[in-house]
Amino acid sequence: MDQKIVFLTILGMAAVTYIPRAAPMLALAARGIPEPVMRWLSYIPVAVLSAMLAPSLLLREGSFDFGMDNLFLWAALPAFALAIKTRSFFGTVALGMGLVAAGRFFLGG
Amino acid sequence: MQERVIDSGKDRGAVFQAARKIAPLAMGYIPVGMAFGVLAQKAGLSVLNAVLMSVFVYAGSAQLIAVGMFAAGAPPVSIILTTFVVNLRHLLMSAALAPHLSKWGLGRMAAFCYQLTDETFALHSMRFAEGDRDRRQTFMINAMAQTVWILSSWAGALAGSGVPDVKPLALDYALPAMFIGLLAMQAENGLKWLTAGFTGLTAVVLVQAGLDQWSVIVATVIGATFGAGVETWTKK
Repeated sequence: MDQKIVFLTILGMAAVTYIPRAAPMLALAARGIPEPVMRWLSYIPVAVLSAMLAPSLLLREGSFDFGMDNLFLWAALPAFALAIKTRSFFGTVALGMGLVAAGRFFLGG
Repeated sequence: MQERVIDSGKDRGAVFQAARKIAPLAMGYIPVGMAFGVLAQKAGLSVLNAVLMSVFVYAGSAQLIAVGMFAAGAPPVSIILTTFVVNLRHLLMSAALAPHLSKWGLGRMAAFCYQLTDETFALHSMRFAEGDRDRRQTFMINAMAQTVWILSSWAGALAGSGVPDVKPLALDYALPAMFIGLLAMQAENGLKWLTAGFTGLTAVVLVQAGLDQWSVIVATVIGATFGAGVETWTKK
């Protein structure tokens, strides 16, 4: 693989990643933000996180999977319970990964 | 905005505090960063390029998708376009944090945005909502988080040839597990949970409809509109 082309691709990726990260904040800073927009924005964190999470738990190869061997989904249940109960981010990541690793080891998934 | 005089003792305290804030985040970044490094090495990227991608792009899921595309021999233009679409969701995060940082000045905001990721966004939106907008602390958290990310990618790229598969270590579950922890912290009331559920299902439907690349941003817009709509409607 030509590493020079890889590097130029990385620079392109950097540019298209930075623009959406910075443009809204720089544009919105200049003026006040009306209350309804603020209210809408306050739902962005939960919305974006669940939009990224749900398909990875519920779908495998594009279709619903509620089978016992869908470890991503079943490991998520105790991980959610622990996260809600303890608010421990560290513990949640450790428990989730531990369960998936253990499941693969014992069930050979 | 109040400025505090910081002596060296407090300085150490600030470093320590920032380190405590990113410790859980690092717990997720280390396995994901290493998984990225391993996959980058397997895709044929040099160690230097793998590290530079973490320096310049610094976006976990996009980097993982990009190495997959490099491995499949995709043309650079399509890798860049995919990165653009996948990372468009940051538009919404940047807008959501804008009200909190409006007094920082454009230069500082521009610097802050460079290190705006899913995880730092979730962390800062929580801090800012609690009124903790200390600028030094914010930049320290961002610098430490990216340092962890870069070092993990580097370690993964170096170890790449010796790691046959990332699955037995559940490295591929670090990202979902991180999102679970972040979501539980963000959802502080029933309506937020309802919004999360609604948005999640919307995203699933969109993926099934074949809109993989757009599912996150479209579902987020629909979901936030749903949440804000229900809040407005129930308050009347």
